[in-house]
Amino acid sequence: MTKEISLEHVWVEFGEFTAVQKANLNIAGGEFFSFLGPSGCGKTTLLRCISGFQDPTRGVVRIGGNDMKGVGPNKRPTALIFQNLALFPLRSIADNIAFPLEVRGVDKKTRRKRADELLELIALPGQGDKKVSELSGGQKQRVAIARALAVEPDILLLDEPLSALDLKLRQHMRTELRAIQKQVGLTFIYITHDQGEALTMSDRIAVMNKGKVEQIGNGRTIYDHPTSSFVASFVGENNVMDGTVLTNDGKMMTIDAGLGAAFKVENHPAGGPALAPGDVCQLFVRPEALHLAKDDSGINQFESKFVSEEFEGNMRHIVLDAQGKKLKLSLINDGTNAIRANAPVKLDFAPNLGIALKPGELASA
Amino acid sequence: MRDLFYDLVRRNGMAVAIYLMLAVSVWVFLLIILPQLTMLDYSFRFNLPPAKIGGPEDVYTIEQFKYFFQGGGSSGGFNALDIGILFKTLFSAVFVTVFDLIICYPVAFILAKSSSGAKARLLVLALIVPYWINEILRAFAFRILFGSTGVINEVGMGLGLFDSPIDFIREDVALYAGLAYAYILLMIFPLYNAIESLDSNQIEAAQDMGASWWQVHAKVVIPYAKPGIASGMTMVFMLTSGALAAPQILGGPSNLWFTQLVYQWFNSGGNWPRGSAYAMILLLVCITLVLLTMRIFKVSIGEIKR
Repeated sequence: MTKEISLEHVWVEFGEFTAVQKANLNIAGGEFFSFLGPSGCGKTTLLRCISGFQDPTRGVVRIGGNDMKGVGPNKRPTALIFQNLALFPLRSIADNIAFPLEVRGVDKKTRRKRADELLELIALPGQGDKKVSELSGGQKQRVAIARALAVEPDILLLDEPLSALDLKLRQHMRTELRAIQKQVGLTFIYITHDQGEALTMSDRIAVMNKGKVEQIGNGRTIYDHPTSSFVASFVGENNVMDGTVLTNDGKMMTIDAGLGAAFKVENHPAGGPALAPGDVCQLFVRPEALHLAKDDSGINQFESKFVSEEFEGNMRHIVLDAQGKKLKLSLINDGTNAIRANAPVKLDFAPNLGIALKPGELASA
Repeated sequence: MRDLFYDLVRRNGMAVAIYLMLAVSVWVFLLIILPQLTMLDYSFRFNLPPAKIGGPEDVYTIEQFKYFFQGGGSSGGFNALDIGILFKTLFSAVFVTVFDLIICYPVAFILAKSSSGAKARLLVLALIVPYWINEILRAFAFRILFGSTGVINEVGMGLGLFDSPIDFIREDVALYAGLAYAYILLMIFPLYNAIESLDSNQIEAAQDMGASWWQVHAKVVIPYAKPGIASGMTMVFMLTSGALAAPQILGGPSNLWFTQLVYQWFNSGGNWPRGSAYAMILLLVCITLVLLTMRIFKVSIGEIKR
């Protein structure tokens, strides 16, 4: 069984400090929903509002249509997985998993049976009598999930549960978490500052900054059509150029970014704030959207100089200088695209890959 | 021992290592082991006048211990009075210890988990400041507090709770209150240390999984804090059963603490061997009781030193 969650104008204030500002969103039952943002953006506070550890200063949290005001964390149909997992070190694996049943007065035999079932689900069969300290990081992760699932909650809340794992395991657990979510069909609400995690696992993502939800959408929308400068610069990498809008016919804009001829950029399909001729704007072009021009016939063409290269194996990240502006160009390492140092590099980009937005706060690197 | 020494040398250098080893040896041997061994030796001797000490009559005997069990009368008697006092002392000490645990656990928990930085330091200071005052003065303060014209009786009668003053001294209320108060810090700090190191997420995780507040304590906090609880209870119990000032000052006229018996034999009785034997009996019984309790609750000595 899954339940819809809705946050209605939720504010959380700690004295003078506003942790969450007017969060207003719905999460459908069975959805994998992520809150993505830098540390201190209010995403954990919002999660604590849903789990019941924090009361909103204003606004309403509804789970399955019911106002959760005054309902404690132990009475909500949510299960929270902590960043450090918070497994009980003095209890065996099976006793950890069965803890939610134990506090509900379920008898020992039933508890053990359920724990064994869950151990089966997380592919650790027969490990129930081990101690927590005998498990590896990834195994502990799975035990924490099993424990949260023991009483069949409607909603699973995960607070950066993968941040303590090493890279390979983290990538593996992404796939595994998504598979478990599909298997049990629960609503997962996932908190992360890692855009890779959010993009690969989520049905929808809410990007947060300074207590505000900046944009909600699926991964593709967030990445390809950000509606604010913060989202454009926080999710993935982006080159940002300051410019002025020259014309806007509703479909196509021309923008003067001080790099030769005016750039042609498609008007924002996600319905971002409209830009009128004469407006200053920020023009975003992703490193992989920049393209080495083969001849002079390309659209949005400009010249730059090679500065340096970062080699990442599958990708080559090239830093370029376009009239004093540092730009990054990412190329697939396919053995071609020879770029010579100090030689001029001609670049272009397609009009649909440039994103013009009203100037706003950028994510700090 | 040798490994320990090399370890100290490696960490702190030769001079510091030698100083530490010497200081600890002097402390343990000169101030703990030697006096106790002397007491043990005394307890197995007759109470002889100084002239006869070292003479032919100065031989080992279990006379002093026999007295505790059989009394001064003819052999086969039963020293109900002294044995009774021992049991009453132990029982009272257990009561005071449990009482301290009950009042200190919430304080330690709040101190460790609910208060932050400056507020916690202020709370700790408030707990410590009263202990800058001498133990005997504090006992007298309790006597004044609980006396027939003391604050408690005055307020109680003023509010009409009772008509005539209650004799808190005779009823031993003053004694229990004084003893419980005397060693409160020794209960709070081990508890605080144990609870403080508990990851707060574990408490929240337990709540999130449906545990009520008492289940959080019973199933998460207390099992984790068990070594601290054992350590605090051991200290409070040992010190309470060995207390002298509070029972002397606050004890009712009909109530003797076992330490007062020891004191009487040493002092007014002038019988050091018997005093030593009584002290040994108290020590032995207390240690046995502590070890037994620890065994029942499955706490090992190694855990306590954490």
